Amino acid sequence: MITKDYIITSAQGMHARPATQLVKLVKGFKSATSLKKGDKIVKLNSLLNILSLSIKGGETISVIMDGEDEVSAAIVIDDFFTKQLKEL
Amino acid sequence: MKGIGVSPGIAIGRAFVIKKNAPATNGIILKNQVEIVAEIERFDISVVNALAEIDAIKNSSQLMLNDDDIAILETQVELINDPQIREDVVAKIEEEKKTANDAMIEVTAGIVTLFESMDDEYMRARSADFQDIGNRILKYINRTGDTNNRSFEPDTIVIADDLTPSDTITLDLNLVTGFATQAGSRTSHAAIIAKSKGLPAVVACGDELMTINHNDFIILDGLSGSVYVNPGEDIISRYSAKSASFRRQAEVLKMVKDKPAITADGKQVTLLANISDADDLAMVHDNGGEGVGLFRTEMLFMDRDTFPDEDEQFEFYKKAVLKAKGKPIVIRTIDIGGDKHLSYFNLPTELNPFLGYRAIRISLDQEGLFIVQLKAILRASAFGSVSIMFPMISNVKEVRDAKFILNKAKNELLEAGIAFSNDVKVGIMVEIPSAAVTADILAKEVDFFSIGTNDLCQYTLAVDRMNEKITHLYDPFNPGVLRLILNVIEQGRAHNIHVGMCGEMASDPLATLLLLGMGLEEFSMSAASIPAIKNIIINNSEATAKQVCQQVMAMDSSENVTAYLKEITQ
Repeated sequence: MITKDYIITSAQGMHARPATQLVKLVKGFKSATSLKKGDKIVKLNSLLNILSLSIKGGETISVIMDGEDEVSAAIVIDDFFTKQLKEL
Repeated sequence: MKGIGVSPGIAIGRAFVIKKNAPATNGIILKNQVEIVAEIERFDISVVNALAEIDAIKNSSQLMLNDDDIAILETQVELINDPQIREDVVAKIEEEKKTANDAMIEVTAGIVTLFESMDDEYMRARSADFQDIGNRILKYINRTGDTNNRSFEPDTIVIADDLTPSDTITLDLNLVTGFATQAGSRTSHAAIIAKSKGLPAVVACGDELMTINHNDFIILDGLSGSVYVNPGEDIISRYSAKSASFRRQAEVLKMVKDKPAITADGKQVTLLANISDADDLAMVHDNGGEGVGLFRTEMLFMDRDTFPDEDEQFEFYKKAVLKAKGKPIVIRTIDIGGDKHLSYFNLPTELNPFLGYRAIRISLDQEGLFIVQLKAILRASAFGSVSIMFPMISNVKEVRDAKFILNKAKNELLEAGIAFSNDVKVGIMVEIPSAAVTADILAKEVDFFSIGTNDLCQYTLAVDRMNEKITHLYDPFNPGVLRLILNVIEQGRAHNIHVGMCGEMASDPLATLLLLGMGLEEFSMSAASIPAIKNIIINNSEATAKQVCQQVMAMDSSENVTAYLKEITQ
């Protein structure tokens, strides 16, 4: 299991557009992925769940990946939060 | 009547009224496992059909979809496919023995309620998206097919209680010239789509909107939010003229928006915006602004009962820094006093408030307040490219004192282990004549100057800006003011520091070539002025500008200067 923390660097936070990208990304992996904000944890394969966390710019979230391809999932998700998110 | 203008432009045409019937539950309880399986299958097939419909919209060449439209449709695909939504619907069918129709209506209503109660305006607006996808699936569950088969005439203005994102995306822009809705908000997808398509739109018009009848003659102003129903001749002719001039302006904006501000002979100029609030940044990006040359912080301090604490200030600055998306942002420390008062801060009544206790003078006197603001700005600097600017500097000691307190603020943050950027530039407003005259001395202390022409003009000419009897004397083209400005720019260049201008003059098309010729490299102004100034820069050369400057600086009166500048700007 891999857990990583990120600060949301886009001003709008996790809006529909970046959240859609994220869901599409994690669907490519077999590992179970979840997103944690405060004490709430949701599965990352549901756009509804991600939006319902109402994640804003500057907030900290954690991503939890668990499964056979968790290492490659972690690399892709890391790229999403550190690079792509700023441009979406 | 009036709503919120969300997409600028004028639309003139005939009303097409759309009223929707809310989906209704049927209250049927399923009797056995066979019916349950059939209802789950009905839901799954409806999802497949709804996805196919979106695919058809996405692949339609007729609709001329842009990237924003595609992104919204892709979000809809994910929502229709959402495993959580399916799980909730299936649970209602299996456990509560409800029909697919009732299950879908209840799940949608639950999600809509959840999002409507969120504390974030953007998230609240998403409830319309969930209603939209809920309706889309319901349409197939009930096999009602496409009820949206509408045939519009040319010059149609759509009037609706609400428009879903898919309604908006599928509007035929060859026929529809604008829309107005009863509900909606600035951040609803209908508004965003309208803006990205340049379709004039007004939302949140209220119940009155639905009194409009089919084929009523409508004028809609997507900037002010006004909607006129069967207006008189005078309004029609006024708006026809407005519509034409808006289209011309939009042409200029479109032509120059993504072009860099470079003169014909290759001199690059930076065009920045003045803002008061993070929300202003949307306009800055829309108009091709390259950053913020002046972020006034007073708005945070006005209309309240106490000073905002460090955390509240930090959030206010951080929001703007994040919205600047990495572009530079110059934050000016508080400039109260003069004509700006705070109810909770007892400023003495003065005979000459503009010559009194204001701006940096208050900050240096009230170090406790000042350091809170500086720490909040420094903390925000971790999120982008931030500079700090001190207003109303009249001598070098004030600069040194302010920098001393800034260092103290940095040390306090370091000790507390709180992050801030180690590359925060420090500059001053040059708006008092003594600062302009001693620019060579001050340049050694700071990273940049920003010329505030409004105050510089009033102090140099001894003209109270508020006194209507002497407004004719308030004139930035007075040779005395021009010489001061030229000195500041030349001294800045001689000492290799940036010189910008954030006063009214920076947005005056009459002054653009003159300032360029003086060597000014940064112009900061209200976002809406940027395209016009950029247009002047792109269509002229630095060589011409230098000649203009030479001519002007040899003139003896502002009348001659203004007449000459008017002549060459034609």
